[in-house]
Amino acid sequence: MTYSAFALLRNAFSGNRHWKPVWREPEPKAFYDTIVVGGGGHGLATAYYLAKEHGITDVAVVEKGYLGSGNVGRNTTIIRSNYLLPDNTRFYERSLQLWEGLEQDINYNAMVSQRGVLNLAHSDGQRDAYARRGNAMRIAGVDAELLGRDEIRRMVPLLDMDNARFPVKAGLLQRRGGTVRHDAVAWGYARAADQRGVDLLQNCEVIGVRVENGRVLGVETTRGFIGARRVALAAAGNTSRVAAMAGLRVPLESHVLQAFVSEGVKPIIDQVVTFGAGHFYVSQSDKGGLVFGGDIDGYASYAQRGSLAVVEDVMEEAIALFPSFSRLRFLRQWGGVMDMSMDGSPIIDVTPISGLFLNCGWCYGGFKATPASGWCFAWTIAKGEPHALNAGFRLDRFATGRVIDEKGAGAQANLH
Amino acid sequence: MRIHCPFCGERDSDEFVSTGLVRASRPAADAPIQAFVDHVHFPDNPAGEVREYWHHVHGCRQWLIAVRDTRTHLIVSVELARRGAA
Repeated sequence: MTYSAFALLRNAFSGNRHWKPVWREPEPKAFYDTIVVGGGGHGLATAYYLAKEHGITDVAVVEKGYLGSGNVGRNTTIIRSNYLLPDNTRFYERSLQLWEGLEQDINYNAMVSQRGVLNLAHSDGQRDAYARRGNAMRIAGVDAELLGRDEIRRMVPLLDMDNARFPVKAGLLQRRGGTVRHDAVAWGYARAADQRGVDLLQNCEVIGVRVENGRVLGVETTRGFIGARRVALAAAGNTSRVAAMAGLRVPLESHVLQAFVSEGVKPIIDQVVTFGAGHFYVSQSDKGGLVFGGDIDGYASYAQRGSLAVVEDVMEEAIALFPSFSRLRFLRQWGGVMDMSMDGSPIIDVTPISGLFLNCGWCYGGFKATPASGWCFAWTIAKGEPHALNAGFRLDRFATGRVIDEKGAGAQANLH
Repeated sequence: MRIHCPFCGERDSDEFVSTGLVRASRPAADAPIQAFVDHVHFPDNPAGEVREYWHHVHGCRQWLIAVRDTRTHLIVSVELARRGAA
């Protein structure tokens, strides 16, 4: 069924009784050409682009819970491509371009909203760094604008511009950045992949990866063994565990990252605004809730919940930037398990095990990467080698020294 | 999360900083390059009980070793690092 205004009207006038289930619930087959491990945004996008771009439709996505139950529904829904280093700039810009055409492509309303992403600078040095990053972006063909105080004050009137410790000095704006409804991304990719013949296997946890003579043969799951010619890992925070089942070590540490949403209020913030002197960012959802994001908890974790210290920290930063938020009440708080890589950049690559492919290391930034990650991973799986866009995101870069360390923080997973 | 410091008693984990797993010290200077790559970039990342260093920076400033479950954040035991690391 194709969604359209006509379909909406027809179903509205027939009592909404004729909507079909959005995807099938198939039983696992004994063998697939390709199994994607992880039914989140990246896994579903990978399956979709395998089918669409490469005609590989004998594909299963195995997911231990329900589709989209992990980080694709636990992020702060932000999309942007405001990176400094060339590998990141090219990759995330491709992602943003795919976001711009996504809804027509998958025939699903993902509520892509290019409302702008504004990074605030609080010192002269930080303003210079933002100018440099903005110039790097513009050289790469990405939009960026350096804003002065007056423009920022007009754009975000609730900001405390003259905070005694961290006054707002300038801002780097990417107007094409914004937000997307994250659950709809999972559902839209799932539906589009299912329509092309991909089997979506929910409640199907991988408990083993069968490897013989350096070649992958399939996965053991809670629903039995499933054979495959190729196995592609997109397991985010659980990548280390799944990779270990195949005897593969990965340069990751799993950390919990929290997010928060307030009660709904009238429109007060039009953009995504980030605080430059700490780790805090805010946007307003279409329902009116303010969505806050902050820092990881700082210790390794596989629990999808965090500690109160970070809650307090995020709220302090929120009120430092927007004093009027002190009267808001918070509705919900949750955590997701991040696959923090040792240089802060992702890995989309082949592995030393024949037929096994790896997609991980997304740190804080997995959601905005979803389309390009799926697109590049599908290419890598289909061709057996990385595309030019993910040619820098190799697993061997830690041995060759070609790390992509956007923050210059070194091999400290909890600092990226 | 609360951590039972041997000197200060049960304290909020916010007073502590974790510096990660207790593990072998760096490879010998003449070890192959891959040993250094593994040491720096390829940490163990287990789901389950781990032994970690925690520094009580906002308390007695002692280094501790805690056994903690990364799936539940349950802290099983805490001891002084200078005893546990031996």
